Amino acid sequence: MNQEFFSNLKCRECGRLYPKKAIHVCEFDFGPLEAAYDYDKIKRHISRKSIESGPHSMWRYRELLPVDGNPTVGVQVGYTPLVKADRLARAIGVKDVYVKNDTVNYPTLSFKDRVVSVALSRARELNFQIVACASTGNLANSVAANAASAGLKSYVLIPADLEQNKVLNSLVYGTNVIGIKGPYDQVNRLCSEIAGKYGWGFVNVNLRPYYAEGSKTMGFEILEQLGWKIPKHTIVCMASGSLLTKIAKAYTESIQVGLVDETPFHIHGAQATGCSPISTAFKNGTDLIKPVAKPQTIAKSLSIGTPADGYYAVNTMRQTGGSCEDVTDEEIIDGIKLLAETEGIFAETAGGVTVATARKLVSLGKIPTHEGLVLCITGHGLKTSEAVANHLGHPRIIQPSLREFDELISSEAAAAA
Amino acid sequence: MQVSIPTPLRNLTGNQELVTATGITIGTLLADLEKQFPGIGERLLDDKGQVRRFVNIYVNGEDIRFLQDKETSIKDSDEVSIVPAIAGG
Repeated sequence: MNQEFFSNLKCRECGRLYPKKAIHVCEFDFGPLEAAYDYDKIKRHISRKSIESGPHSMWRYRELLPVDGNPTVGVQVGYTPLVKADRLARAIGVKDVYVKNDTVNYPTLSFKDRVVSVALSRARELNFQIVACASTGNLANSVAANAASAGLKSYVLIPADLEQNKVLNSLVYGTNVIGIKGPYDQVNRLCSEIAGKYGWGFVNVNLRPYYAEGSKTMGFEILEQLGWKIPKHTIVCMASGSLLTKIAKAYTESIQVGLVDETPFHIHGAQATGCSPISTAFKNGTDLIKPVAKPQTIAKSLSIGTPADGYYAVNTMRQTGGSCEDVTDEEIIDGIKLLAETEGIFAETAGGVTVATARKLVSLGKIPTHEGLVLCITGHGLKTSEAVANHLGHPRIIQPSLREFDELISSEAAAAA
Repeated sequence: MQVSIPTPLRNLTGNQELVTATGITIGTLLADLEKQFPGIGERLLDDKGQVRRFVNIYVNGEDIRFLQDKETSIKDSDEVSIVPAIAGG
């Protein structure tokens, strides 16, 4: 099975090896642990053909994912549409744009289902009965839903002031939702303490080395859907920075295991100005991330003031010759509307951040207009509808009268003329 | 002052969760810790003498990265905690 491809965890800082249990921190230097693969073995085992004949889900890439047996949670996750977005391309002034559309990921409409599928499948292998997470919203929804379908008890801890829909979208699955009076960083810190004390499977704490790998599948799908080609430019929004690093890892691994030829690629990062510790470090030419104590942005899903993968994200952007920008709340809302109006895709605030940043990077000349560009759109707009609610206008209300309707239409035609 | 020691380092401090150390800055405090508990220094500081990327040091609950890093002044009544940086998100 997969045991031969993935046999250890490894410290990202010092390289020390660890057994593949529910641990996430190096004992020596507290560096994060990561799944370690035998790429030569994997290369001998997989091919484009073998992947193409796999399931229409993220698990077509299972040799590159850290579970021992077959996945048991989230087997239908992923394989979301890659949309050629010509109208958006025209609007932002580039030749080719593709949207990787995780707004419709199954089952909870965000890319988090990918990481949860891996984490809970592994949690089952490690015999956890109770699973949990610290979340800015989407992760909680995903853990709640997937745990329910797997018959696992779950606790999700969130900042108490999250968007209504995100809270509702967790409660409905019967999970235990705990609202913490504080920003996400406090939630996360508390979860580390709880994980240590209660022995639950926290998908983004003690199961993080497995969890994080799920994000790679967004990258694998992109390049497969482009006809086994790595896109020249990819823009990824950043909360912890993990997704951005894993997209790059997916591209690199694909080259390593012989699925695609080596080609240069640039990974660009996107944040909300009101919480942009990674963007700030990047633009200041450093990789030392100064935490943001009080994030202030409508993009609550990206409001992580102390991004765990910030250092790695900055270096990934630099090493791939990418750039980074951050955008205002107003630009975020415009980004959401632009994507919806040009491509019929309704993204949450993080998606608005990505679109707005793409626009900004193009206008700043950081992304050439004639090279292909992929936007990773990570969650559905229904989840953060509060953010756009007051910016959309209202329905026009008339009596059920054809005359009134005629008047309405002709006054619009006159206004448009 | 009191310094709280995270679980992975307690084998170096005779399993003590809370130790007493002296120093007028975080830097001198860490040097005192190394003197009392040899080996703890290289766990906290990299080979350039900087606090390791994944080590957080708090003075009365405030991250020294918000203050003056190793130059942060401390007094006897302060509480210093050493905590592994938390992954999240």
